[in-house]
Amino acid sequence: MFRKALVLAGVGALALAATGCSSSKSASSGQADSGPVTLTYGIWDAKQKPAMQEIADAFHTAHPNITIDIQLTPNADYWTKLQTAAASGTAPDVFWMNTPRVGLYAGQHQLLSLSDKPGFDNSPFPKALNDSYTLDGKQYGMPKDFDTVGLWFNKKLFDAAGVKYPTAGWTWQDVISAAQKLNDPSKGVWGIASPDWTQENLFNTMLQAGGQAITPDHKKSGFDDPKSLAGLQYALDFITKYHVSPTAQQMTDTQPDQLFASGKVAMFADGDYDMPEYKAAAGLDADVAPLPAGPDGKKATVINGLANVIYAKTKHPQAAWEFVQYLGSKEANEIQAKTGTVIPAYNGLSATWVASTPQYHLQSFIDQLDVAVPYPVSKNTAAWTTPMQTTLDQIWGGKVDLTTGAKQIAAQMNAELAKE
Amino acid sequence: MSATESTPVAAGRATGARPGPERGPGSPGTRPVAGRRPRFSKAHMKEWAWGYAMIAPLFVGLFLFYLWPIVQSAYFSFTSWGAFGGQQWVGFQNYSSFLSDPQLPRAAWNTVKYALIILAGIPVSIVFAALMNQVSGKYASLYRVLYFLPVVSMPAAVAMVWRWLYNGDYGLINYLLSLIGIHGPHWVSDDRYTIWAMGLVGIWSSLGYNMIIFAAGLKNIPRQYYEASSLDGAGRVRQFFSITLPLLSPSIFFVSVLSVIGGLQMFDMVLMMLGKTNPALAGSKTIAYLFYEDAFVTGNQGLAAAIAVVLTLVLLALTAIQFRLQKRWVHYA
Repeated sequence: MFRKALVLAGVGALALAATGCSSSKSASSGQADSGPVTLTYGIWDAKQKPAMQEIADAFHTAHPNITIDIQLTPNADYWTKLQTAAASGTAPDVFWMNTPRVGLYAGQHQLLSLSDKPGFDNSPFPKALNDSYTLDGKQYGMPKDFDTVGLWFNKKLFDAAGVKYPTAGWTWQDVISAAQKLNDPSKGVWGIASPDWTQENLFNTMLQAGGQAITPDHKKSGFDDPKSLAGLQYALDFITKYHVSPTAQQMTDTQPDQLFASGKVAMFADGDYDMPEYKAAAGLDADVAPLPAGPDGKKATVINGLANVIYAKTKHPQAAWEFVQYLGSKEANEIQAKTGTVIPAYNGLSATWVASTPQYHLQSFIDQLDVAVPYPVSKNTAAWTTPMQTTLDQIWGGKVDLTTGAKQIAAQMNAELAKE
Repeated sequence: MSATESTPVAAGRATGARPGPERGPGSPGTRPVAGRRPRFSKAHMKEWAWGYAMIAPLFVGLFLFYLWPIVQSAYFSFTSWGAFGGQQWVGFQNYSSFLSDPQLPRAAWNTVKYALIILAGIPVSIVFAALMNQVSGKYASLYRVLYFLPVVSMPAAVAMVWRWLYNGDYGLINYLLSLIGIHGPHWVSDDRYTIWAMGLVGIWSSLGYNMIIFAAGLKNIPRQYYEASSLDGAGRVRQFFSITLPLLSPSIFFVSVLSVIGGLQMFDMVLMMLGKTNPALAGSKTIAYLFYEDAFVTGNQGLAAAIAVVLTLVLLALTAIQFRLQKRWVHYA
């Protein structure tokens, strides 16, 4: 019985290998894109797969010669797998890219420049997004979507404490005093959750204070700027000075978004991408406002977004370009907008996305586009974000004091940036 | 199913550690030795060829997926990698940067501490195995399955469940502690406790496997020894130390060798139970975790290969030492 199963498994594996071989062969032998072509399309978000499939099907209807094969790899393995595949020349023809990685992939010639393609038009997309995917004057990514950060709040807890809901006019001081009123240890309720998350929290508070994580030319760290330090201090004070946020340990054991979703936290700065989680949370009556302004009235949020890119060693550059062009079209972005999972990058389509979930003021995320700053990146972002996060974890955990830690981050970052 | 199957196999391996002269392909025993035939006769060769053909599927797999990567890793440890392939020979540079890594002392200590905790769990397994041997009847196999389940559970799932149990604010463990008036710590986010927390899970998840081996070892001890010794007036404690423990020593040796090797390679719990953004991570990294970080987070594969080579050499040395020392305390009946 067991042996039979083994033989069957072996045969199955052989069959798989055989079909795998044959499919890749047919893909590579495509006769100069005139015959039928199968393009592989690498993505990492299962929630977005239905929308991507719909777009792929619509594209196939318009281009019957080109079939799109979507390859979903969970985010945890996506980059490891992609990098290995790219090293061996077998990465997908078209795939998702994010801002922290584009410098590495474009810098190491793994992507085709879109600026060189006839008919490339980046005017329908926000400038900050185009800039994020531009390296040495050439754009490598067709913006797909974007995200900004807003101040989520729990209406039930605000009502119970008699505190007015956050508005676009709020400043840091309003957040601090509201958090103090909302904080209620006897009920296990915190006024705010202020973790050492960078995109959702620290990069924004640094900007609001007038500082920055990295200089605009991507050459120097901004962590040793006293204004950046003030931004970090503001975020840390909720834990160490005002005692209105769970500690780093508590937020490690139970993630702050889970604390917010279960009604333990009254305010939490978080991206629009976590909206589906809060929408699905039972008994959570929440809403979202723009982020507060810093001490000098400066408003800011980082903007990050994905883009579709073409693999430099694709066998079908022409077909891949046609597909990417379609991915950047209004039609494809409208399909994304309707599903409500992400904000489409295409200007003017955000209204569809906002209308997809009327119970929240999602317009708060769109309104902040005017003050949005590109997510801090360099040519090899991962090289400095890893030690940066480690040190921030140490600061938040109370192992290293803020001033020393921030100096350490700046030194490590500058050393890595100098290598670029 | 695997529980009952692995018993004879594992026990065989345990006692098989004894140096045996009659092994290898040409060994007598499978066939009566035909004295006058030359050693490399055609018939012999044919038989060997068949033998190798039979083991080829296993051997080819072993070579391709175990032996060859070891050779490759050793080579890669002297190279520096580009993000998308392309290696450059850098000599011993990876080794020197690993040995001068400021994280190394703490990681080495954490690794050793974890392995020691796992070793300290061996007596627990022996006690449980002895107790298990007392159980007979229809519940015996049920118990065996229950204790063996952690062994066959996915490490990721195990880590997730324990992460919940260890939760400082809402975890079951701290809730139970609060009932007796103890305010439990943040087990997996405070680096004073993380290694202990992981060690406990390590003992728990290897308990079933160790018990199976010890249970088999205990069954192999002849009853007559106990009968004879009780006639001589030995009590239960004396019997345990003078009969059970010495005769169980081959199994103990086998388990401790495996525990040291497994313990020093621990990595999964740091990643799954602690996670990448954890204030306790810096103080809880193990050597294997440093390897993971270099290979898969910062993309420094050459350095990672050097760490793997060093770890392999240390494991080889420790295992060799254990084999040397076994002569002093392991009794093969």
